[in-house]
Amino acid sequence: MTQHEHHGDHHNHGSLKSYVIGFILSIVLTIIPLVLVMNSMLSKTATVITIMVMAILQFVVQLFFFMHIREGEKPRYNVQTLVLGLVIVFTIIAGSIWIMTFNKY
Amino acid sequence: MQMTQHDHGHAHDHEHGHEEHEQLKVLGFWIFVVTDCILFGSLFATFAVLMHNYAGGPTGKELFELPGIIASTFILLTSSFTSGLAVLAMNKGKVKEMISWLAVTAVLGLAFVVLEINEFTHLVHEGATMATSAFWSAFFTLVGTHGLHVSVGLFWMVALMIQLKRRGITPVTRRKVTNLSLYWHFLDVVWIFLFTVVYLLGVM
Repeated sequence: MTQHEHHGDHHNHGSLKSYVIGFILSIVLTIIPLVLVMNSMLSKTATVITIMVMAILQFVVQLFFFMHIREGEKPRYNVQTLVLGLVIVFTIIAGSIWIMTFNKY
Repeated sequence: MQMTQHDHGHAHDHEHGHEEHEQLKVLGFWIFVVTDCILFGSLFATFAVLMHNYAGGPTGKELFELPGIIASTFILLTSSFTSGLAVLAMNKGKVKEMISWLAVTAVLGLAFVVLEINEFTHLVHEGATMATSAFWSAFFTLVGTHGLHVSVGLFWMVALMIQLKRRGITPVTRRKVTNLSLYWHFLDVVWIFLFTVVYLLGVM
């Protein structure tokens, strides 16, 4: 038992419960945008914003429930690396889209 | 098992050092995943700026078949969950259960790749190739890179299942399974953005 708990500190990320909750959440977050797009329920802008938010929430669910972002070793280098990576990704995507809007002029 | 104080301390130190080393390798793998994230970010940016340039060719709206894409999405979501169950079984020390869940994950991954190959064949048949327009170049590069990642993950998974069968759960195989499931969840995340940006926005 102590052996088991010891491993719990280092490796035992999550429980069946957290995996099942994560799975259900990810399914719900997939079905909502699908229904919105297939039935054209909202205006175009509202739909784009909603489905992007759903995708980002889905990312957060995977990070917390499946990838166990919070449970790394104490100086959380994995989180720091991820934040740096996301800043770069955001800059590349938003920057490219913004710059290419000037093609019209 | 009776151990002297000295032996016990030594064994513990050794074990601890080894675990720290494996932990460091997991961090290394996180860094790889983040660089992969940047690769996909660049491909997404390319797709985003080219997504309206059809050059008179077929559009995504005309050719995308949503039912197949929805099936792929749920298959990949489920495989992300089953790879998590494999890690849970590993934490309980159940080798057989872990290998079974990995096998389920691999079968789902294979189904995903087969569906994607079918989709690509269908698109090429309908006259949408890499050379058709900027949109289709960006599309095949982005979606194809993801499919390639899933395929590589499949080979890795099969190799790891063989290793697990031979060696059982050791600190090394434990770390490898942790990394593989990290990789698999990451591919699921990338697919969700592909699904949203390429397909859902594409058919709107």
